[in-house]
Amino acid sequence: MAAEQGKTVDLSVAMILDPVPAADWLVIAPVALPLIFGAVLLMLRHRTATQPRVAIAALAALFAVDLGLLIHVWTGGPVVMTMGRWLPPFGISFVADMLGATLVVTAGLVALVCGIFSIGTVNDIGRRYGFYAFMMLMVAGVNGSFLTGDIFNLYVWFEVFLISSFGLIILGSGRRQIDGATKYAILNLVATTLFLIATGYLYGIFGTLNMADIARKAPELRETAPLMTLATLYLVAFGMKAAAFPLNFWLPASYHTPRIVVAALFAGLLTKVGIYALLRTLVMLFPPERSVLSGLIIWLAIGTMLIGIFGALAQNDIRRVLGFVVVSGIGSMLAGIGLGSEVGLAGAIVYAVHSMLVMTALYLLAGQMRRAGGSYSLSDLAGLYRSHPMMAAIALFLVLAAAGLPPGSGLWPKVMLVQASLADGIWWLALAILVTGLLTTLALGRVFVLAFWRVKEAAERTGSEIATTASAQTAVLILCIPVAVMGVWPEPFIAAAQTAVAGLLDPATYAGAVFPVEAVQ
Amino acid sequence: METAFSALVGIFFAVAVYLLLSKHIIRILLGAAILSNAVNLLIFTAGRLTREVPPIIPAHLYMPDEATANPLPQALVLTAIVISFSLFAFLLVLTYRAYQELGTDDTEEMRVAEPADDAMPPMGY
Repeated sequence: MAAEQGKTVDLSVAMILDPVPAADWLVIAPVALPLIFGAVLLMLRHRTATQPRVAIAALAALFAVDLGLLIHVWTGGPVVMTMGRWLPPFGISFVADMLGATLVVTAGLVALVCGIFSIGTVNDIGRRYGFYAFMMLMVAGVNGSFLTGDIFNLYVWFEVFLISSFGLIILGSGRRQIDGATKYAILNLVATTLFLIATGYLYGIFGTLNMADIARKAPELRETAPLMTLATLYLVAFGMKAAAFPLNFWLPASYHTPRIVVAALFAGLLTKVGIYALLRTLVMLFPPERSVLSGLIIWLAIGTMLIGIFGALAQNDIRRVLGFVVVSGIGSMLAGIGLGSEVGLAGAIVYAVHSMLVMTALYLLAGQMRRAGGSYSLSDLAGLYRSHPMMAAIALFLVLAAAGLPPGSGLWPKVMLVQASLADGIWWLALAILVTGLLTTLALGRVFVLAFWRVKEAAERTGSEIATTASAQTAVLILCIPVAVMGVWPEPFIAAAQTAVAGLLDPATYAGAVFPVEAVQ
Repeated sequence: METAFSALVGIFFAVAVYLLLSKHIIRILLGAAILSNAVNLLIFTAGRLTREVPPIIPAHLYMPDEATANPLPQALVLTAIVISFSLFAFLLVLTYRAYQELGTDDTEEMRVAEPADDAMPPMGY
């Protein structure tokens, strides 16, 4: 219409006219790549032999892209790309800061390893019903959550990985799976709905959904608007997603039911997205509200750590032991969020990276133990040390890492968290972290002692042993490398976490990256 | 207008929470369906209700010259409707399958994944 009247339209008031630098396309690649390959794998539904090759090639490419993004962010600060070129806050921005980039790289590695593990363990039926396609879409959803700069878009990515995880958890349709999946599906649906409620209120208060914009506007609105309600709703919603006490019961009820590689993928990726969202909302958007809630969060953290590890001590099925250990680890990350100091938050982020790697590795190892020993039950497993010495060495290393003992990666985040709680004078939190470490050593140490050291009698053979595959062993070994590196050379990981925390505590850099025009003025 | 809608949203939430607290999965599902509609209404109301002023910019202007209805909540609600509809469809099938497999829709009897008589781990060897 405007052109008919001979007017030239000034697009610069509404749109970004500069072309996006080639390197900045990396922000969108960790989401676009798995989405595209998810669609491709769906079309290859009947080519079950081709699927793993395509999927692993795609996941390897994805991991390379993730690493590229991390290097780009590390050297040049937050990278932004706004969809449709509309000026933010009208266009949906994708923002990769140090926190998002670090978690995307870790998630990429976890997904790649699970892809390799699946070669010999996911059968043709699983492949035909879309294991790889669902896995790709779930990775896309998780990466989207880590990278989006818009809170409603975060909700959409939550739903993307939630729907894909429903597909994965019922793959196989066993009775136990359907029981576990029902509880998983309903409670997670309620949690995401709570998140949406909070987001509806947030939009009513702020009139914007762009996180950088919210962070800018929050100080003025704090006088009049009920931001405390928002922060509490987000705490409940994301606490439920992260399986924090007392909303943790869906996790141990469901994570042991799907096939082991799915459980490993879930343990590595899903609960940590809840922790990431808590960091993003409570620490970056609503810091004064977080400090009011900090006492509560610390008690929730202590409850999560202890309930988790007591649960683990009472289980006979290795997968259920691990499910409770995942819950317990969430408590440590919550402790960092509750403390809110730089060291505490950095500890929580390092712990998240450690937990993603180690919990996935432990679940995959449990799958290997099932194949070698014929059972997941501690009453039946025995004598694996004699038959599989290499697996025993890996198991011992991972058990020590998960318990927070050297030489694995678990030591450093725990040191940081204990140091931060003592610096704030909260000795009971430090005590809870240390007691949890001791109990984790007991719970997982017992798994090791019973399954590997107990002498196996001939009559105990269950007859359902399956040969372990080379690809699965390689997968577990690959995950041990970053765990070991993090254990002996933690400096780069801690430096990355500190940069991430600095970006969260002072969102000026983040906001400046999203709104460059106003930063200049 | 907003006040009336707020009261309506409150009633929706109350009904949804009541149903979600039930032991029977089918009631929980109805609760979840009502909960998602409550949220849709909430977002719609949060975007402020303006009647009879469509958000259309006149041909000779860059911006509308008077306050118009806010189109964004409708886009948000549309997204949320699509998502909650698909999830609800999935949940219906899942619950039906659960009923077929487990023979019950009472959550207290659904103990296949977590049996009540699960063995304790061995105390020694």
